[in-house]
Amino acid sequence: MHPVFSGYIYPNEYELHWGLLIVIYPYLTGLVAGAFILASLNRTFNVKVLEPVYRLALLTALSFLIVAPLPLFSHLGHPERALEMLWTPHIGSAMAMFGFVYAWYLLMVLLLEIWFDYRKDIVIYSQEKKGVAKYFYRILTLGATDISEEALRFDDRAGKFITIIGIPSAFLLHGYVGFIFGSVKANPWWSSVLMPIVFLFSAIVSGIAMVFLLHMITDMFRWKTPNMACLNKLAEFLLYAMLIDFSLEMLDFIHRLYESEESIHILGDLIQNRLFLSLIISQIVVGTLTPILGIIVARFGNLPDEMRRMMYFLSTILVQVGIFSTRWNVVVGGQLFSKSLRGLTMYKVQVLGLEGILMCIFLLVLPFIILYTFIKILPPWPHAETK
Amino acid sequence: MKLPKIPQQIISLFILLLVVLTGFLFARKYFTPPSFGLYGHYRANAVDEIKARGMKYAGSESCIECHDDIYNLKAKGYHKNVACEICHGPAGKHADDPSETSPEIPHDRSKCTICHDYNLARPTGFPQIIANQHNPGKFCTQCHQAHNPTLPHTPNECGACHREIASQKMVSHHASLECTTCHEAPLEHLTDPRSFEVKKPMTKEFCGQCHARDANSPVEIPRIDLQIHGGRYLCWDCHYPHNPEANR
Amino acid sequence: MIKESTSMTRREFLEICLKSFPLFVFFPTFWIDELLAFDAETYDPTKHNYAMGIDIDKCIGCGRCVAACKIENDVPKEQEYFRTWVERYVVSTDGETQVDSPNGGIDGFPVLNSDETILKSFFVPKLCNHCSNPPCVQVCPVGATFKSRDGVVLIDEKYCVGCRYCIQACPYGARYMHPEKHVADKCTMCYHRITKGKLPACVEVCPTKARIFGELGQQSSPILRFLRFNDTRTLKSELNTKPKIFYAGADGEVR
Repeated sequence: MHPVFSGYIYPNEYELHWGLLIVIYPYLTGLVAGAFILASLNRTFNVKVLEPVYRLALLTALSFLIVAPLPLFSHLGHPERALEMLWTPHIGSAMAMFGFVYAWYLLMVLLLEIWFDYRKDIVIYSQEKKGVAKYFYRILTLGATDISEEALRFDDRAGKFITIIGIPSAFLLHGYVGFIFGSVKANPWWSSVLMPIVFLFSAIVSGIAMVFLLHMITDMFRWKTPNMACLNKLAEFLLYAMLIDFSLEMLDFIHRLYESEESIHILGDLIQNRLFLSLIISQIVVGTLTPILGIIVARFGNLPDEMRRMMYFLSTILVQVGIFSTRWNVVVGGQLFSKSLRGLTMYKVQVLGLEGILMCIFLLVLPFIILYTFIKILPPWPHAETK
Repeated sequence: MKLPKIPQQIISLFILLLVVLTGFLFARKYFTPPSFGLYGHYRANAVDEIKARGMKYAGSESCIECHDDIYNLKAKGYHKNVACEICHGPAGKHADDPSETSPEIPHDRSKCTICHDYNLARPTGFPQIIANQHNPGKFCTQCHQAHNPTLPHTPNECGACHREIASQKMVSHHASLECTTCHEAPLEHLTDPRSFEVKKPMTKEFCGQCHARDANSPVEIPRIDLQIHGGRYLCWDCHYPHNPEANR
Repeated sequence: MIKESTSMTRREFLEICLKSFPLFVFFPTFWIDELLAFDAETYDPTKHNYAMGIDIDKCIGCGRCVAACKIENDVPKEQEYFRTWVERYVVSTDGETQVDSPNGGIDGFPVLNSDETILKSFFVPKLCNHCSNPPCVQVCPVGATFKSRDGVVLIDEKYCVGCRYCIQACPYGARYMHPEKHVADKCTMCYHRITKGKLPACVEVCPTKARIFGELGQQSSPILRFLRFNDTRTLKSELNTKPKIFYAGADGEVR
């Protein structure tokens, strides 16, 4: 009756529980954490060449963060009960901390940092603009309209302070998502102490690549020639992050292979049969090795700038494909074998419905729409440039 | 004393934070179920809700109250552990109000074969038949009493009960041997198998009657040196006498 | 010696609720119906600790337990939802093990041809292990699944958000998503029966007494006799879930 299932699986395992939506969730939070960490690098470590992407990175992080809980929310059996996680959070549950980690990161880190950074602009807009916009910006000032030198100095200091607590918070946000999976001892594919760290570095990779991509695209639309020094620096950071990420993943892989526990046979089957395309081809060859090579050639090869930008562009797109495959392989891959370790199950992706492809495309496009709105409301480029 | 000037931003943010926190605390108070956390991190009333679910199976002890005659009959027979509702279906409603519904009385063979059809994975000794060879077309209850099942007549061959063994022996090298060649079966075993068990061979020498080097038996029978073959193990520690595998 | 119960009795709880009634007028609560739910029975959960034993050597794979469980607990009839199910193991002479459980064993098992390569074959009933250290309870974000004071792992279907984390965390595949209620669901050890002194439905209908139900920590209970006279093991004990379903005669291949 189920010809696509092989071996023995527990009868309750015919239904796959976490589908595409839950693949998207770590992908989105990864982009948030990565984009924020990129912004913080610039601010805390004073990497001056990255100045042009600082605000863009912050806004990117915010737009993705707003969308991040939506897939979780629409996946719940009873979305109307979701807030129980705030009223009666179970301290022992990794998932219960979601609300608090999320709220902390959204309210205390990202919004605050953006507010402090943009406050001067907001106050100026609230004085210059007309009609509804004026009142909108006035509300955004929260009544703090003081833009004296002293106040702005305070903004800067506050922003820096938040960045410093923001970095561990970003680590927490995404390391915690990895922990949700890594702490499930019942699942040998997930259960790994390296999981949070692997998640974190893949998050940094995806975030840098996304901001990199957006930076190139926004510059293109504004008919500006991108600042090559900035691009090269981004490429370097991306390359380092990718090398660390790839090494960690290989370490995890080799460790499992070498320990060769009870589950190794079924996991081997899993990789050879169910995950060959998404893990070996999409994640490792297309999504990791090719872009690493591309970036090395583009950054250190003797190429004209046009060519370089082209290669950066393609590489960052491939990185997104790779990271999305990574999320797929963790979330869906971890459910494609039976916990009896005797058989493989199946996942059929739907097109329509809450768990379908269309919904996922919507959720993946939504952050860009939000980002577009943010860029309109709070242009990330220096005040003079937008005029 | 002059206080240091508090930046405007901090005042705004502090007010906002205060509003959010108070809102959160009020909402938490409002939305948390009152019995939550009484005994642990859960809604204590959930336990009572689960407890209050209706029962569909009444349990044998409810059946006894009225049907004690059947119970007493059953209690002495092989079906003493077979609860009434296995064959008759859930009888909770019937136990509450006997006049309203009555449980089914199964007649067709399928109810009995659920347990008694032959299956390799069933424990040895559990009475099994091959349904389509065992009096096909007849109802089980024509020959067997469901509440006190016994064999309708004394079996004249061992395979009637020991189906698995008989079917293996039938195709083995020991096919021509009678069961009684090796097993001494008291006559009472046929009517009361659990109280009068059959005897099994105890020593190597028993098998040696045919298989020892100097045994007085046809030459085709495989021979071994009884002294050294198998060391301190007994024959049946390695060979299955009902289907010996020596020549395979 | 009588153990003094330190926790609140139902009566005390209700009294507190009623006395604090004026308070609720000013602080109305969303769960008002919860205050009205009350039953006066005197059942002390702290005096019980339920467990089950399964004797593999006695199981004939008739699947009556699976059928009774589905009826008793209104488990969806489809083939993807089971609170208990029966597996058949077939170990071959080369050590390979095949397992099947067609429709949870509810309709019996297809006949295996008596094959030379079969070393042995046996049935294994499975259900929620009611772990003392339950990973499902640990991961539930809201406290909708919990270990009751009498040692049974239960689900609050009015509170479950349906995140399915518990289903992922259960090493035994004992949980499923209820297709109509959209909450996690699983064996309750027939909590509504055992608290009234009845046996769980699966135990009640087992014709060979392959399932033994009882209470740990009592002077005399069928489960203690079972544990005393059998070599028992629990499933996936390496995960330290400390199950309360004990298997006698279970081959090492059972997991």
